[in-house]
Amino acid sequence: MSALLSIRDLRKSYGALKVTDGISLDVPAGELHAIIGPNGAGKTTFIHQLSGSLKSDSGAVHFDGADITRLSMVARVKRGLARSFQITSILDGFSVLENVATAVQARSGSSFRFLTPAASETALNAEAMEALARVNLADRAHRQAGTLSHGEKRQLEIAIALATGAKMLLLDEPLAGTGHEEGAILIDLMRQLKSTHTIMLIEHDMEAVFALADRVSVLVYGKLIATGDPAAVRADPAVRAAYLGEDA
Amino acid sequence: MTNLLLLQALNGLQFGILLFLVAAGLTLIFGIMDLINLAHGVLYMVGAYLTATFTSLTGDFFIGLALALPAALLFGIVLERLIFSQLYDRDHLEQVLATFGLILILNEGVKMIWGAAPLSVPIPDILSGSVPLIGPMRFPVFRIVIIAAGLVTALGLWFLVARTRIGMLLRAGATNAPMVSALGVDVKRLFMLVFGLGAMLAGFAGAMVAPILSVEPGMGNNILILTFVVIVIGGVGSIRGAFVAAILVGVVDTVGRTFGPIILRSLMDPSAASQTGRTLAPMLIYILMAAVLFARPSGLFPKAGAS
Amino acid sequence: MSETTLTSAADAASPARPRLAGRGALIGGIVLLALFAVLPPAATAMGDPFLVVTATRIVIFAIAALSLDLVLGYGAMVSFGHAAFLGFGAYAVVILAAAGIDDLLLQSLAAIAGSALFALVTGAISLRTKGVYFIMITLAFGQMAYFFFVSLSAFGGDDGRTLQHRSTLFGAPLIENDVTFYYIALAVLAAAFVLLRTVVASRFGRVLRGTRDNRVRMQAIGFAPFGYQLTAYVIAGALCGLAGVLLANQTEFVSPAFMTWQRSGELIVMVVLGGMGTLTGAIAGAVGFLVLEEVLSGLTEHWHIVFGAIIVLLVLYTRGGIAGLFSRLFGGRA
Repeated sequence: MSALLSIRDLRKSYGALKVTDGISLDVPAGELHAIIGPNGAGKTTFIHQLSGSLKSDSGAVHFDGADITRLSMVARVKRGLARSFQITSILDGFSVLENVATAVQARSGSSFRFLTPAASETALNAEAMEALARVNLADRAHRQAGTLSHGEKRQLEIAIALATGAKMLLLDEPLAGTGHEEGAILIDLMRQLKSTHTIMLIEHDMEAVFALADRVSVLVYGKLIATGDPAAVRADPAVRAAYLGEDA
Repeated sequence: MTNLLLLQALNGLQFGILLFLVAAGLTLIFGIMDLINLAHGVLYMVGAYLTATFTSLTGDFFIGLALALPAALLFGIVLERLIFSQLYDRDHLEQVLATFGLILILNEGVKMIWGAAPLSVPIPDILSGSVPLIGPMRFPVFRIVIIAAGLVTALGLWFLVARTRIGMLLRAGATNAPMVSALGVDVKRLFMLVFGLGAMLAGFAGAMVAPILSVEPGMGNNILILTFVVIVIGGVGSIRGAFVAAILVGVVDTVGRTFGPIILRSLMDPSAASQTGRTLAPMLIYILMAAVLFARPSGLFPKAGAS
Repeated sequence: MSETTLTSAADAASPARPRLAGRGALIGGIVLLALFAVLPPAATAMGDPFLVVTATRIVIFAIAALSLDLVLGYGAMVSFGHAAFLGFGAYAVVILAAAGIDDLLLQSLAAIAGSALFALVTGAISLRTKGVYFIMITLAFGQMAYFFFVSLSAFGGDDGRTLQHRSTLFGAPLIENDVTFYYIALAVLAAAFVLLRTVVASRFGRVLRGTRDNRVRMQAIGFAPFGYQLTAYVIAGALCGLAGVLLANQTEFVSPAFMTWQRSGELIVMVVLGGMGTLTGAIAGAVGFLVLEEVLSGLTEHWHIVFGAIIVLLVLYTRGGIAGLFSRLFGGRA
């Protein structure tokens, strides 16, 4: 099995509450794997465990051939596993370009350089512009990030994750809070990213998930109750009962 | 030697008890309101001055104390309403600034009202004796009274926090303040109460030291820092942590000052030992704090397990 | 010059943001330094040469405030023990002088090394904590240093010690002349201002600023804040130590009173009221603070009460706008 991300029996509980209850999952390179599930299913906790911002109680996570279970968030990013945030998390006071250039800087040489202005490092800026171009934000490069529209901020989130040089992106509800048109832009964007990146997508928007995902896993009360291609999952009676039934 | 150790341990205990009285209110204020209050030491000073004034007016320490305590409570509540209530939702830096300004005001205010010269309060006659320890050493009754009063207060606080409805809210508040307000509790009144209580406890500590230390402007400054050390070691928001840490700091500081040089003398020549001892002794509690924080960055009794 | 077109473009997009040390702050800083530069001849012309002595003190505290701004305004670390470094610098002068080393440069070197070492050790421990813990632990370490110097009976303990004479420079008593000394202090201030502006615009400074604004974001792109914050803490400590060397020479006296926690508090007041994270604001804050102190203490012996009231009222009633208000009052175009 040559999965890029391989999760074995991952667990996390708060007191008696089992938030992540023995998840095992393999995501092969190149796949867009969507995680769906009702509110409170533990999706965000799961992402926190994968990105390293939350320690797991037990279980193992392997990424790109290495055991990353006990690595910090910083170390995971350096290995190529990057995340975006459910609640927009950008540097509001920086320019759009500087937000992305900072992420480029994190993997290009030492940041213990004190005497040359970072903002005029053309190599950093050029790479950052490429990432911005990929998310269609090139024309916003010199705006202050805090002044972007909500949808543009979500695009910027993705550009930052791209700029870390990640092999795999953990996207935590990239469509959260976006309107129909903004959502369409982001869906289109993720479709393009699929060709170059392995993606784990946590998302509420079913339409988007079934349009984009190669495979879908359904998370209910900390357990994966189904994994498979979108059509099979949609047809799964247990899934319909636990989850899709809400909408039907 | 053993006698000296016993004597210094008792002195350390007494000092620790005082630190606890000041720290108890402050740790609750930190823990529940997430407010850093530099002016807490000033409340200790105000307690001492009120006691000195009421004692000299009435000619009786106990009446003076009985009048000073409610006055300190009232003073705390007035300060809370006027200033602190507006600081709860500010960031720590603004709290630091405002309470720093308040120290300047109150220290200078005390100087204007009572003058810069130290006041002294006589030890009441019935508490002025001393009891024999082993051998020729004796321990003053008044210091025993301080220890006893502190232990009774600690017990009372424990009862309040562990056994009453208010205590339940305080414990919940120290862990999760938004939850308490979500329960529909009048948080404003709870905060005012905690603040008043903290002010009264600090004032009580000030009142109890008035007869054994000189009452002077700025007397709250040094104890404030020691109180911070206590709270950091004990864990912010934890009364139990404050108690353990206060006794620890009190004993380590007092015993270290006496025995540090003695121990060093067996390791190096006397003059070097005495200089090293004098240098190290006052730093001992800070080294202790650094060591505790190095091992446990959130203190001995961190918030999640606060009680 | 070190500010780039990028930042000023961002400025243009949102002119209301006070924290960006844009072109305005640079011009403000240059104006302040230029005013300092013409002060001695102006003081002579006004027949008040003593003004230079007061101004020297202001310049030295501006250096200290500048260093604190790196920690507080850029590093997002509320350090309440910064005055300790003033003490380290001042005692480097008196201790080396007692050992027969009067050279200002050697003393400065020792002060920088000593302060940097103290910052490295205490910073590494303090940065393991957050929030109120960090404030209290830096305060406690500051007190530890204070008591250390109090215990040095060979150097006067509590009472401190008077310097025989100011330090020498290139073997000559160059800085005995108040005006020469003033210009040397001013040169240090100008150099520190330029250096710190360069540092905050560098790769390192960008990480520091990013961490201040959004710590988790920076971790999520691969920056562990600890090393960057600690480095900033050490740089600031070393620079403040240098200010301590100058302060000892200005007062020709050294005592633990240089490094009380009240002094640390005053430095914070200077930085915050002048405007954090702009560098120019720290200089303006030092000027404002010391001028106000001078004026108030001339009016009443109880000036502390007025001063305290001003601080409290500013915090309570100029919510979020303290920096703006003060830079309007003192910083002019800053």
